[in-house]
Amino acid sequence: MTSDGLLQTLGLRKEFGGLVAVDDVTFTVPEGAIVSLIGPNGAGKTTFFNMLTGVYKPTAGRVVFAGEDLTGKPPHAFTQRGIGRTFQNIRLFKNMTALENVLVGMHVRLKGNLFEAILRTPRVKREEAAARARARELLEFSGLRRKDEEIGRNMSYGDQRRLEVARALATQPKLLLLDEPTAGMNPQETLEFTDFVGRLRTERGLTVLLIEHDMRVVMGVSDRVTVLDYGEKIAEGTPQEIQKNERVIEAYLGTAAVSS
Amino acid sequence: MRARVVKAIGSAWWLVLTRLGLSRHRWQTLPRLTRRTVKAVVWVAIGLALVGLFGVWKTSALAVAAVVLVLVVPPYGKVTVRGRRVGKGILPVMVLALAVTYPFYGVISSMPQLPIFGPIPQMSTMVGMAVFTMMALGLNFVVGYAGLLDLGYVAFYAMGSYMAGWFASDQFAKQHLVLGAVGIVPGDNAGFHFSIWLVLLMAGIATAIIGVIIGLPTLRLRGDYLAIVTLGFGEIMPQIARNGDNLFGFNLTNGTGGITPIDGPGFGNWAHHNLGLPANYLSLGENADRAFFWTALVLVLLTVFASSRLRDSRLGRAWVAIREDEVAAAAMGVPLMRTKTWAYATGAFFGGVAGAYYASYNGGAFPDEFFFNISVFILCMVILGGMGNIWGVIFGACFLEYLDREGLANIGAWLNGHFGPGGSDFQIWHKTLDVPLYEFGIFGAILVIVMLFRPEGLIPSSRRAAEFREGVHDEPLYDVEHDERLYTPEPT
Repeated sequence: MTSDGLLQTLGLRKEFGGLVAVDDVTFTVPEGAIVSLIGPNGAGKTTFFNMLTGVYKPTAGRVVFAGEDLTGKPPHAFTQRGIGRTFQNIRLFKNMTALENVLVGMHVRLKGNLFEAILRTPRVKREEAAARARARELLEFSGLRRKDEEIGRNMSYGDQRRLEVARALATQPKLLLLDEPTAGMNPQETLEFTDFVGRLRTERGLTVLLIEHDMRVVMGVSDRVTVLDYGEKIAEGTPQEIQKNERVIEAYLGTAAVSS
Repeated sequence: MRARVVKAIGSAWWLVLTRLGLSRHRWQTLPRLTRRTVKAVVWVAIGLALVGLFGVWKTSALAVAAVVLVLVVPPYGKVTVRGRRVGKGILPVMVLALAVTYPFYGVISSMPQLPIFGPIPQMSTMVGMAVFTMMALGLNFVVGYAGLLDLGYVAFYAMGSYMAGWFASDQFAKQHLVLGAVGIVPGDNAGFHFSIWLVLLMAGIATAIIGVIIGLPTLRLRGDYLAIVTLGFGEIMPQIARNGDNLFGFNLTNGTGGITPIDGPGFGNWAHHNLGLPANYLSLGENADRAFFWTALVLVLLTVFASSRLRDSRLGRAWVAIREDEVAAAAMGVPLMRTKTWAYATGAFFGGVAGAYYASYNGGAFPDEFFFNISVFILCMVILGGMGNIWGVIFGACFLEYLDREGLANIGAWLNGHFGPGGSDFQIWHKTLDVPLYEFGIFGAILVIVMLFRPEGLIPSSRRAAEFREGVHDEPLYDVEHDERLYTPEPT
């Protein structure tokens, strides 16, 4: 197996009945890069994401992560290997506290089983204490200082987005998938978030793949941009190349915009 | 309808308060403890007034009121000693002390007569209440923590009972194996006779394994589908029990006759002479029920212990996460199947132990104990008290089991005595009313009322309360919570 990228998809395809949502996409995310996935609404971006995290099983094609073929594995196996994600419409555990949300994210990194939990063995005690300390640290890193005990549903929209990232970080990912992280944010929050994504790479050494509609974010932060339209990959390159690409302009604005 | 009743009660409350010269604003600025005390006192006073109104005043009502006030009012949880929060244990210890001393209530005074409810529960009822508390707490793992609707919990109860039947009776007459059982004459027996303590453990493990076997194919299903499949299993198990007297020529369950007698528990002669523990519960005569009750309390305590430890563990968090959002939980690395199966197996374990213990207490395992309505009954206990909350489930189990065994009959007797034929007050109906006959109708009505006015249960966990108030949303298409039109009721 070739390993010239942290994540590779080979001819990844998803059909829902007769509809082809993702059409044989072959694509690579190099290690340490920030890659954006853009495309008009309904282009199949989220479906593609769901295949990269095991939520959907691809109709055809393969997902290779860090040299290992993960196609057909359940979602928790993807998380275990080091793919963390957030959701387009926030899916926090809304009735749990911020700290508990992050602790659930650590599930695959903790070991305590049923019997140890009932007996509360010293090992589990240590593990829990360490997990809580690390969860607090993650919350602070994500800009949620002193909000450990707040219930998810009571948090502001921006904080919920941040908490989702903190929860994803708790899974100790190598690759972080962000699905429209700035949707619904005001310009100030968007700016802060863009900065935050940059810090994820510099301070945590993460590779980031994000779906994004806000072009300022896409152009500001990404090394590479991939464009999907009707499930097909129509362009790939640096932000500057994508901005000039005729097929991309056509997909977004229609043929008239190009010919005029 | 619900909102209107709540509002009516609220405005009546404020009307009284403002008459007393206490404005809404001043009330809200009072310390929380004061407000809590006043509220509790008012409710207890209303209760006592109602009792007085019906002319059945008894001093024991005052004693009960005092106990309720002492338990409910002070904020024990906040008590600290040298900065350590020791207060959390005070309430459980008090309740436990009340429970442990229960068999002596009759000795202390002539108290055991309550207004309307009549005499306080007998020891045999108390044993039943403890056993059902254990089963309800077991089901709480599945329904309350992991949010999986299980309508066939009776299957685990049956499995536990039959484990006791197989390993502590004469059922398998060709075998001769005594392993620590009490009350057996060595060499003069047939069948397996294991010590009940060992049987309890074996029953728990065997039932947990059955739980896993049932769980693996079914837990892939969601919500309603899972409920239907568990319903099916709940029907299959008793049918096997009923028809298991000839499984290809082999008598497994003794059919409709059931397996009886089953050995009683006991600690044997050595422990009796050296530690003072009863050698054999069945030879204690009148005091046997006490021993059974205390033992059941220990089993309940173990269940509560496991429940509370697991709630705050990695596994407990994963259960709650699955209940709240399965997709998100899976994406965060929670293996769905394995985690759900653990919830199922844990619930089954406690159901099995409770079933085996109850079989030993009743001296037999009979197939007509394992009808579908028992599943619903246990589920009602969990829902009535408050899903996911240990206190709530304990309360629900004790209350419903008490009503089932004695409460309804007592209330019926009281009603007939006052309003029935030849009643002492005024005659309303002319034929004796058989209240226990309407048992499930009454339970249904209680459940409907609770669901209307307090859908989170009588003593809910704070988290469940929030879920019921706001609902658990799965991927709203747009932010409905901010769309006022959807939440403003139509003018009627």
